[in-house]
Amino acid sequence: MKALLLCAAALLSGTAHAETIAITGGTVAIGDGSQPIPNGTVVIRDGRVVAAGANVPVPAGARIVDAGGKWVAAGLVAGFSSEGIVDGEGIDETYDGAAGKSVFNAAIDVSTAINPTNQSIAVDRSWGVTRAVVSPEANNSVFAGQGAVIDTGADDAPVTKARAFQYAELGEDGASHIGSRPASYVMLHDALAAAKSAARGGGDSKNSLITRADAAALLPVVEGRMPLVVHVERASDILQVLSLKQAYPMLKLVLLGATEGWMVAPKIAAAHVPVIAAALADLPEAFERTAATESNVGRMQRAGVMVAISTVDVATEAGQRNIRQYAGNLVGISRVPGMTGLDWGAAFATVTSGPAAALGLDGEIGSLRPGRRADVVIWDGDPLELSSAPVAVWIDGVPQPLTSRQTRLRDRYLNPQEGALPKAYEH
Amino acid sequence: MSQKYVALGALLLLAGCAQNGPPRSTSAAPAGERVAEPWKADPFPSTYRAYSGVPTLITNVTIYDGEGGRIDGGSVLFSDGKVQAIGRNLSAPAGAMVIDGTGKWVTPGVIDVHSHLGVYPSPGVKALSDGNEMTDPTTPEVWAEHSVWPQDPGFSRALANGGVTTLQILPGSANLMGGRSVVVKNVYARTTQGMKFPGAPYGFKMACGENPKRVYGAKGRMPSTRMGNIAVDRATWQQAVEYKRRWDKYEKDGGDPPSRNLGLDTLAGVLDGKILVHNHCYRADEMANVIDMSKEFGYHVTAFHHGVEAYKVADLLKANNICAVVWADWYGFKMESYDGIPENLAILQKTGTCAMIHSDDENGVQRLNQEVAKALAAGRRAGIVIPDEVAWEWLSINPARALGLSDRIGSLKPGKNADVVLWNGNPLSVYTRPDKVWVDGALLYDAQDPKRRPVSDFELGQPGEGDVK
Repeated sequence: MKALLLCAAALLSGTAHAETIAITGGTVAIGDGSQPIPNGTVVIRDGRVVAAGANVPVPAGARIVDAGGKWVAAGLVAGFSSEGIVDGEGIDETYDGAAGKSVFNAAIDVSTAINPTNQSIAVDRSWGVTRAVVSPEANNSVFAGQGAVIDTGADDAPVTKARAFQYAELGEDGASHIGSRPASYVMLHDALAAAKSAARGGGDSKNSLITRADAAALLPVVEGRMPLVVHVERASDILQVLSLKQAYPMLKLVLLGATEGWMVAPKIAAAHVPVIAAALADLPEAFERTAATESNVGRMQRAGVMVAISTVDVATEAGQRNIRQYAGNLVGISRVPGMTGLDWGAAFATVTSGPAAALGLDGEIGSLRPGRRADVVIWDGDPLELSSAPVAVWIDGVPQPLTSRQTRLRDRYLNPQEGALPKAYEH
Repeated sequence: MSQKYVALGALLLLAGCAQNGPPRSTSAAPAGERVAEPWKADPFPSTYRAYSGVPTLITNVTIYDGEGGRIDGGSVLFSDGKVQAIGRNLSAPAGAMVIDGTGKWVTPGVIDVHSHLGVYPSPGVKALSDGNEMTDPTTPEVWAEHSVWPQDPGFSRALANGGVTTLQILPGSANLMGGRSVVVKNVYARTTQGMKFPGAPYGFKMACGENPKRVYGAKGRMPSTRMGNIAVDRATWQQAVEYKRRWDKYEKDGGDPPSRNLGLDTLAGVLDGKILVHNHCYRADEMANVIDMSKEFGYHVTAFHHGVEAYKVADLLKANNICAVVWADWYGFKMESYDGIPENLAILQKTGTCAMIHSDDENGVQRLNQEVAKALAAGRRAGIVIPDEVAWEWLSINPARALGLSDRIGSLKPGKNADVVLWNGNPLSVYTRPDKVWVDGALLYDAQDPKRRPVSDFELGQPGEGDVK
């Protein structure tokens, strides 16, 4: 009941608390790649971070939250996922990520489907995930549509940025929808040509298979106003994608997956294309991932690639919350001879500012740098360590409930036996 | 029935005896006069042999012995493929390799009781998709070992990153009765027989719930509902009971041996207690239905796998001596997993139910130690205090029991197989990886030595061959 009241308070309070909050005494993890800062302070006001770090003065009148012995960290930015657009991966009736029956593709705007009361949002929120990258899934086109960045707050306004990116499949997955890799490229070029033509007021798109709405949606992609996230895994596919910049110089490419990225890492770095990698893919689960290794992320980072991680290509059955576990593993492998991992600060950035930066949103979310949205998580220990869990979460400066159906089920069944009344009366 | 067949049957019975210990007579008739009950033989016997090792003493380590014990500053001594001693201040025999494990941990090899490595291998192409014989809702006649591709690169990742030394490879869950499982050593071989755990009992995969009804409902045939699932199961068990009765009568009275049915062989083996039932079942209410069905036909369910709702009926499972095989935190990926909670393992443990972790996943199998760490932490936050070394039972002695192998693996007791993992730190930390892994006393992974890193045939000559994984 207390949780419900807190939830209601959050709903009524809008996006920000007017009060200034200073979270003091904790180990501060800013999320920008820097190392954790012992005994730091985080100040938030009006839904934004004012300052975070060592020697940050506590403003007069600030409410002080003591985080002694704990960690104060930027909220996790997870994805690519169907967070908020499905009530369970296999529960097809609830799934808004695929639109196989639709004639539209690139124009699809997934933000219209986000349901903030979806249970996975509540679960992931309680595990420190404050923002999620939500993506549609390609069906009848190389283009899946426009993905969104959402928050996991307990309120009715989940969308941080609608139409945050266009999503395209140009590897084996794309080929399986379209027929082949070359056919995928024909479709891509045809669609982008139609977009440019439509922008010029040209009516020659009648010779294209693409709809007017889809062509219009691709114009900001061609003009570099919207990132194009391309899922590819194979080294040769990565190079093909990088070469698209020759035909479309304004394109803002982001590589997703990139399991064989380490093989062509200097070229990715030279192209200044960020990568949101499959976190721990180390199996040749497809022929396009033959060279998979957990050292992929570390090797790309050493080559100068801006790299974040995602839950693509790993089991997502536990939700997005385990993204921190994958980051922790990247630290762990640094201690194994021959393996290339990340230091703690870089690893934490792969699940905070990294994905935000890849989508051009790191000025808004993904770290505790001044001016960012106040997505702050107090953990009872190292946020990447398996024994740790959040004890407090703020999103946009608003304190969040940490309860979910899972905590309710736990409380009901902590003692499995039925009592004087059936379990249904325990609530 | 030809004399040749009778002789072959007797031979198989003897072959089985050699691996399983003394035969239990099921008949008053002298051996050799009758055809043996066919489910007691193993026509695909193991050819596994332990690789050679050297006597090894690991000192100054924290030991989780696999059955709840812990020794700080301890030592482990193994030779001839067996654990010789654990304790403090053990001395090395002449010629032993001595490893100073300061700052490191030693545990028994990790056991995954639910794997599809080899039957759904990497690469996941259709040509290698051999895990579900999706042509009939009951296929007790199929054996997973005939689908296992021993070159699956996944075995090496499970060894090097997960410290996994034993796996049960199961058929998938499309069918109500999916077929026999096979228990393998995580040691590459040219044949599946070369990986097969000598003398391990067979398992039998069954499935409740959504998968069978979806697969066969979509084909317009029974079962298309949960009640259909149970009805088909019961009809099949009834045939098995009658089949076994015919064999029992033959064993007792002689005459012509009953005509053989390969599927019913497996089910009769279950009814005879020789083959262990591993039942995929998510929902609490469905577990209760299966328990009643097992009593109706006279068999025992060894374990419910994927029991995301096991915590709701932990007491029922305990009362029926059934283990719960679960993930740490998977939930919500299908309707029947909607109620999964991270405290599942801890609640089962608190209730005194046999519980364990499993992967069902070629990635998850590389991090079962981490899955246990998460489940343990969730339990502690809920007020269920379980020591680290007791939680380790979830990946050692408990799965060994579920496989009927607790006399050989699952702990570091002297005399048991020397399946040993040296971890480079606390194995319940996200930052820890195996440093060395021994199977039957042979060093088969060494993080310090690229030569002790298996490379499957598939990976030879491919990009990334021999790379760290």
